[in-house]
Amino acid sequence: MSLDQPNLDLSPKVSDEIRKTTCYMCACRCGINVHMKEGKVAYIEGNRDHPVNKGVLCAKGSAGIMQHNAPSRLRAPLKRVGPRGSGEFEEISWEEALTIATETLAPIRATAPEKLAFFTGRDQSQSFTSFWAQGFGTPNYAAHGGFCSVNMAAAGIYTMGGAFWEFGQPDWDHTKLFILFGVAEDHDSNPIKMGIGKIKARGARMIGVNPIRTGYNAVADDWVGITPGTDGQFILALVHCLMKAGKIDLDYLARFTNASVLVNLDEKSDQFGLFLRDAEGQPQVIDRRTGKLAAWNGQGVEPDLSGTHRAKGVTHRPVFHLMADKYLSDDYAPEAVAESCGIPAKRIRAIAADLARVAFDEAIELDREWTDFRGVVHSKMIGRPVSFHAMRGISAHSNGFQTCRALHMLQIILGTVETPGGMRFKPPYPKPATAHPKPHGKVTPGAPLNGPHLGYVQGPEDLLLQDDGSATRIDKAYTWENPMSAHGLMHMVISNAHAGEPYKIDTLFMYMANMSWNSSMNSGGVMQMLTDTNEDGSYVIPNIIYSDAYSSEMVAYADLVLPDTTYLERHDCISLLDRPICEADGVADAIRWPVVEPDRDVRGFQSVLCDLGARLNLPGFVNEDGSQKYKDYADYITNHIRRPGIGPLAGFRTGEKGLQGGRGDVNEGQIDNYIKNGGFWIEHVPENCAYYKPFSMDYQNWAVKMGFYDVVQPYIFQLYVEPMRKFQAAAEGIGTRQPPEHLRGQIKVTMDPLPIWYPPFEDGHVDPEEYAVHALTQRPMAMYHSWGTQNAWLRQIHGHNPLYVPTKIWEANGFKEGDWARVSSVHGSITVPVAHQASLNENTVWTWNAIGKRKGAWALDTDASEATKGFLLNHLIHELLPPKGDGLRWSNSDPITGQAAWFDLRVKIEKSGTPNEAQPAMPEIKSPVGKGPKDIAWKVGK
Amino acid sequence: MHPAPSVIIFTTFSGLGFGLLFWLGLGMPAATGWDAFVFFAIAYLGAVGGLLASTFHLGHPERAIKALSQWKTSWLSREGIAAVATLLIMAVFGGGLVLFEMRLLPLGWLGAAGCLATIFTTSMIYAQLKTVPRWNHWSTPALFVALSLGGGALLSGNFEIAILLLLASGALQIFAWMSGDGRFKASGTTMESATGLGHIGSVRAFEPPHTGTNYLMREFIHVVGRKHAMQLRVISMLLGFVVPIALLLGSFNHWLALIAVASHVVGVITLRWLFFAQAEHVVGLYYGKR
Amino acid sequence: MTELPTSTAKKLGLVIDLDTCVGCHACVISCKGWNTENYGAPLSDQNAYSGAASGTFLNRVHSYEVQPPMLRDAPQPAQLIHFPKSCLHCEDAPCVTVCPTGASYKRVEDGIVLVNEQDCIGCGLCAWACPYGARELDAKEGVMKKCTLCVDRIYNENLPEEDRQPACVRTCPAGARHFGDLADETSDVSILVAERGGFDLMPEQGTKPTNKYLPPRPKDAEPEYDILAPYLEPIANDSQGFVSWLDKALSALPGGAK
Ligand SMILES: Nc1nc2c(c(=O)[nH]1)N[C@H]1C(S)=C(S)[C@@H](COP(=O)(O)OP(=O)(O)OC[C@H]3O[C@@H](n4cnc5c(=O)[nH]c(N)nc54)[C@H](O)[C@@H]3O)O[C@H]1N2
Ligand SMILES: Nc1nc2c(c(=O)[nH]1)N[C@H]1C(S)=C(S)[C@@H](COP(=O)(O)OP(=O)(O)OC[C@H]3O[C@@H](n4cnc5c(=O)[nH]c(N)nc54)[C@H](O)[C@@H]3O)O[C@H]1N2
Ligand code: SF4
Ligand code: SF4
Ligand code: SF4
Ligand code: SF4
Ligand code: SF4
Ligand SMILES: [Mo]
Repeated sequence: MSLDQPNLDLSPKVSDEIRKTTCYMCACRCGINVHMKEGKVAYIEGNRDHPVNKGVLCAKGSAGIMQHNAPSRLRAPLKRVGPRGSGEFEEISWEEALTIATETLAPIRATAPEKLAFFTGRDQSQSFTSFWAQGFGTPNYAAHGGFCSVNMAAAGIYTMGGAFWEFGQPDWDHTKLFILFGVAEDHDSNPIKMGIGKIKARGARMIGVNPIRTGYNAVADDWVGITPGTDGQFILALVHCLMKAGKIDLDYLARFTNASVLVNLDEKSDQFGLFLRDAEGQPQVIDRRTGKLAAWNGQGVEPDLSGTHRAKGVTHRPVFHLMADKYLSDDYAPEAVAESCGIPAKRIRAIAADLARVAFDEAIELDREWTDFRGVVHSKMIGRPVSFHAMRGISAHSNGFQTCRALHMLQIILGTVETPGGMRFKPPYPKPATAHPKPHGKVTPGAPLNGPHLGYVQGPEDLLLQDDGSATRIDKAYTWENPMSAHGLMHMVISNAHAGEPYKIDTLFMYMANMSWNSSMNSGGVMQMLTDTNEDGSYVIPNIIYSDAYSSEMVAYADLVLPDTTYLERHDCISLLDRPICEADGVADAIRWPVVEPDRDVRGFQSVLCDLGARLNLPGFVNEDGSQKYKDYADYITNHIRRPGIGPLAGFRTGEKGLQGGRGDVNEGQIDNYIKNGGFWIEHVPENCAYYKPFSMDYQNWAVKMGFYDVVQPYIFQLYVEPMRKFQAAAEGIGTRQPPEHLRGQIKVTMDPLPIWYPPFEDGHVDPEEYAVHALTQRPMAMYHSWGTQNAWLRQIHGHNPLYVPTKIWEANGFKEGDWARVSSVHGSITVPVAHQASLNENTVWTWNAIGKRKGAWALDTDASEATKGFLLNHLIHELLPPKGDGLRWSNSDPITGQAAWFDLRVKIEKSGTPNEAQPAMPEIKSPVGKGPKDIAWKVGK
Repeated sequence: MHPAPSVIIFTTFSGLGFGLLFWLGLGMPAATGWDAFVFFAIAYLGAVGGLLASTFHLGHPERAIKALSQWKTSWLSREGIAAVATLLIMAVFGGGLVLFEMRLLPLGWLGAAGCLATIFTTSMIYAQLKTVPRWNHWSTPALFVALSLGGGALLSGNFEIAILLLLASGALQIFAWMSGDGRFKASGTTMESATGLGHIGSVRAFEPPHTGTNYLMREFIHVVGRKHAMQLRVISMLLGFVVPIALLLGSFNHWLALIAVASHVVGVITLRWLFFAQAEHVVGLYYGKR
Repeated sequence: MTELPTSTAKKLGLVIDLDTCVGCHACVISCKGWNTENYGAPLSDQNAYSGAASGTFLNRVHSYEVQPPMLRDAPQPAQLIHFPKSCLHCEDAPCVTVCPTGASYKRVEDGIVLVNEQDCIGCGLCAWACPYGARELDAKEGVMKKCTLCVDRIYNENLPEEDRQPACVRTCPAGARHFGDLADETSDVSILVAERGGFDLMPEQGTKPTNKYLPPRPKDAEPEYDILAPYLEPIANDSQGFVSWLDKALSALPGGAK
């Protein structure tokens, strides 16, 4: 035979056309090139020009075609015809659906707007949905941050004006030592992977601090398999070592943090613990040039870290003194925490020493002159090339806020925030808490709310409390239970509404949150609350309206379902007013646009809100003549004006000399400009203020020009968070707004204005001997919560989820491959398959999050492995801690922000027989969309 | 390896068929006319039936003819060619015997050689596979040939030869098992060499690439319980060799011979099931299985 | 055709960095997407929405746990390694020579091993011959599927130059996959292999894979504390001393003495 080879066409046509839009297989929001053939989606790849992903795409993104075509897509509005939870619906017209919604909501608005609870889950249009809710007049609006990661976000904002993900990222190009705390995947999915790749290519070092060694932690050079809930101890021990050795950046601390701000130390004063302020209210420092008091931001001032100021018999010392007093104490020594953290003291010291070595011996200097807000000119940009990133592993605990603060403090004392090689903010961040609004909750029937719902409280005066002390909001955000709940508490809405606490509501209106399943604690209980009836047979929660794009578990519990489009069929806007897609080097926003038209009777939810807003006559949604203001969301995106010159999109606005970024007038062709530009807009931060942003005058001026804020407002990092001290002081009896008695103790302890550690609350409520094992979940990289399951490609990778068990527990129970176990918490028990993992903290078990599915959902067959072998850990977690004998049910959340403490969970585990399927098995729901086909072979162009 | 019925049937029956044809080609027995017809019919039923069965597992049986093209490198191609050529030659030879009582002996010898070649090439399809260490050994062709010829001798009534060959096959089989059991290990292919991670430590499969199954796992990973395998080995030995030999050693009787043949066939099917089921493909290592 | 070329002009292949792969499966899915829409029949899925879904993939990511031996009597933590695997485009490709139809072949110009689906009878023998599990018979189409090294991308003049690389390489977020000519000692991939000690999978099988794997860098080799200890030398043993150190340290700072 000869070596004749077939003649291959090596240059086949790739597609008819490429349409560039933004991925929404998760919230990372990468740019995608959608290759079209014959008008259909044929192949999706990453957009090389896009600031977020620069061409790469994750598994979910590449599988978008299977989500877009999933058999689980809803097809038309649904009206419930069977009992709630049965899944029995009839398809109705949009006119009928909108009429029902209007007739339900209009009377509420006219009489008691708070009886609408509008919660929007995994929303990426919060600036729009909150605008709608504000117009409606209900105080009961929030998105999903409360059960997600408000601890991280709020601790970042209060401490330094931003945390990670949409706020900031490591300086991947310069960092030499990168430490990752408690991250499996994060929202910044592709950027983190790209960053790790960059670090690796340069041979820089990475340490993973995580009880579980998979994914990012598996590629880390060193793995610190910490005991869950103890990161605060570990971090503060690092702080202790570094301070004790003087391996801290004193210059940076003095200039750019409130370490130099003077604090009143007179225990008898009602100002105890508060800053010394001048007549203008500016916190005071001692100027090293004069030895005298000066405002922190005075021109040329050289703040001192060490002086004492005495006036009228009161001693004031800089925050740094309080830090030294606290953290130099042996209570924070590695030896004191080693056992609890499960990390040998020597190892903690080694890591501290390495941080010191890299930060100071390997410092970087960039030859870029810059001027700070005191007018001081710096000839160089000095970098401490250690960087950190963290997420829910440290935040989803009841001590998460303080732990996140501790991490931010660690970064700051090393001088690594906003310096080369450290952590960099992404414009429009940083933005300190004081530059954010405060929460608003004043209700007037028939009128809008008095301001934005969510914000950053500065003290007890900002809490949302009724005159009788009860909560203004259905989720009890901004109350003494969780005063700084900056994202609301979506996870408490259903149980509070069910209990009528603080009041009963009429309609629960939800969007994009699978609340009867994976986003709730105590999922079974939630299902019950959603179906519970009064004596007269009516539902305890009278009306439920829900918007989803797919046949999720939650759909079955709605009375009215508003079917959304898929992400390739609608307009969306990823706005600077919301959660933008910026990078440290550039400000950017993006859109989605209908690269294909829906083939079903579905509508983009935001467009539906435009319609519904007009029907309800909401201000902002109607013209003066009462007609509908925005035809659809695209119309809103283009024409809405938030502040002068500022609209949802910052790119391609109309300026005097043509189109410009930042501020500008409405441009009717804006969306087309975005489409032509690949679906996004980016403008780079000027090089001379690419670092030191919060303190750099050039950056401040640029930020004002771009419209991030209206006046220059430099600030310094708040190592000491004064508002926390105000809450603490209230708990000590100071001031007129006083917490209820039972909360005083908790507030005094947890509201420490300097970062502290206290044990996770569950430890104090369950017997740690009996429930000796920590149970966690992790995000699988190839699945997005419950969305991934409907995807024929992705579900093959994660079709069910074993419980991973460390060697010690594996052997103690005599487990073998294929075994099952009964796992119990104080709250409930599940029976699930187990698998062995050696690279795991020896007291921790875990599973992949949200793989388990309910029978009948997602257009899957009844025998789908997700429903027979898959399971949720959520059945073991309760939104309230078990009773402790004090007659109270404490909330299973962070006492500062209310963040759901998912990872405080403690369990016990025992071998079980092999059941037919994972337990508890919920009854099947009827699928409103039927079932998917048996086999597929998807090829668009033949 | 997955013991697919199609390959078990194929190797068993085409082996017997070609074995029988071999003896017919040598003129043992020297049957003609109806006698020859019956013998040839049985042989062709086995050989052709087996070959047909082997096409059941093809994705595209209609293209089977293409399989004859790569004789230069492919044992499967060679086997196809050998089988087709042999069947053609033996058809002429057999036709001569049946229709014309004509004994074209040199043609018969050629056919017999073809039978040997076919059996050998069949065996080489398996023996060539380094990926299946148990098969990758001279004993595989030796056993295939011995078994075919032994079975053929049995069918063709060459009982003395059959007894000798069955004894030899049995012994070879025992040797193949004994040596084969350690061959995977001896091959040097391990999870460490498969992953290249042995320099760090001992390797264990953690998560497979998917929670379901796939073609590779269905095709290559088949775990037979040790106890189960041992029982089947004993049974196959008894049925395949001990019973037939015992029956042949006793007084001759057509019925007993038939029972001997039936027992042998069932024995060989069992052997072949074990041949596949016990063969471990190195790819299993990637799944932490063998 | 199933004769192997005695030599190929190029040896195109992948270099996979086990130190960097985070196990995200991005390469798996982009491969599935590209190859479903392009070369040959689509990669089908059986039981796509039911019990045991099982489809054809040309690239899959395994993960392994490796337990290092005790070090100075101390147990070492186990490591976890993500392990992507597709066809290695072997020089001595047994999958090619066993193929009875000539459907499997190795391209002379670049060494890519391909299946001509028009000729494939779906006998499966090539998959039997491959030690790496790199070939999967598509259950719907009845033909053998394998990694094509994206032969319809890497030379494709309809793609911009920078996109003429395999789909899996283009998409890999961590940059753990590299594509190039391993016959050219000066290519980026060859240099990587040389510098990082790239290795073959199952060298004893004698297949001479073109694809190479880069080993994970040594892990948990944190610098010994004793060497680092000077970095943590306390500046004072009490808070009094700390303050006087602070005064001294501050006066040394650029802001000048107080
Ligand atoms: N045990 C445990 N539970 C957890 C967590 C954990 O770590 N462990 N994590 C928690 C966290 S951080 C979060 S954020 C939550 C997430 O939980 P959820 O917020 O419930 O997130 P998803 O599962 O993504 O579900 C969102 C819903 O949006 C729907 N959807 C998808 N695309 C669209 C669309 O385009 N339009 C509309 N209208 N709907 C759409 C989906 O069908 C789904 O029903 O889970 C929480 N639950
Ligand atoms: N692919 C994919 N990406 C996603 C999502 C998804 O579902 N799929 N969900 C998105 C959402 S809503 C969110 S909120 C983010 C969350 O992204 P991540 O923050 O990565 O969230 P988790 O997957 O819950 O991972 C938490 C990690 O913390 C570790 N951990 C738990 N407790 C502790 C502890 O006490 N200390 C330390 N150090 N570690 C601990 C766990 O082992 C786990 O690795 O991901 C987003 N990105
Ligand atoms: S990380 Fe993946 S799923 Fe998320 S937006 Fe980017 S490509 Fe899409
Ligand atoms: S895409 Fe890259 S990082 Fe992800 S699994 Fe594949 S090789 Fe590994
Ligand atoms: S990896 Fe397997 S399929 Fe690919 S060339 Fe080598 S032997 Fe053939
Ligand atoms: S399955 Fe196709 S490619 Fe493989 S050996 Fe058979 S004919 Fe050749
Ligand atoms: S080179 Fe192409 S065909 Fe091969 S694994 Fe990568 S994407 Fe798949
Ligand atoms: Mo989240």
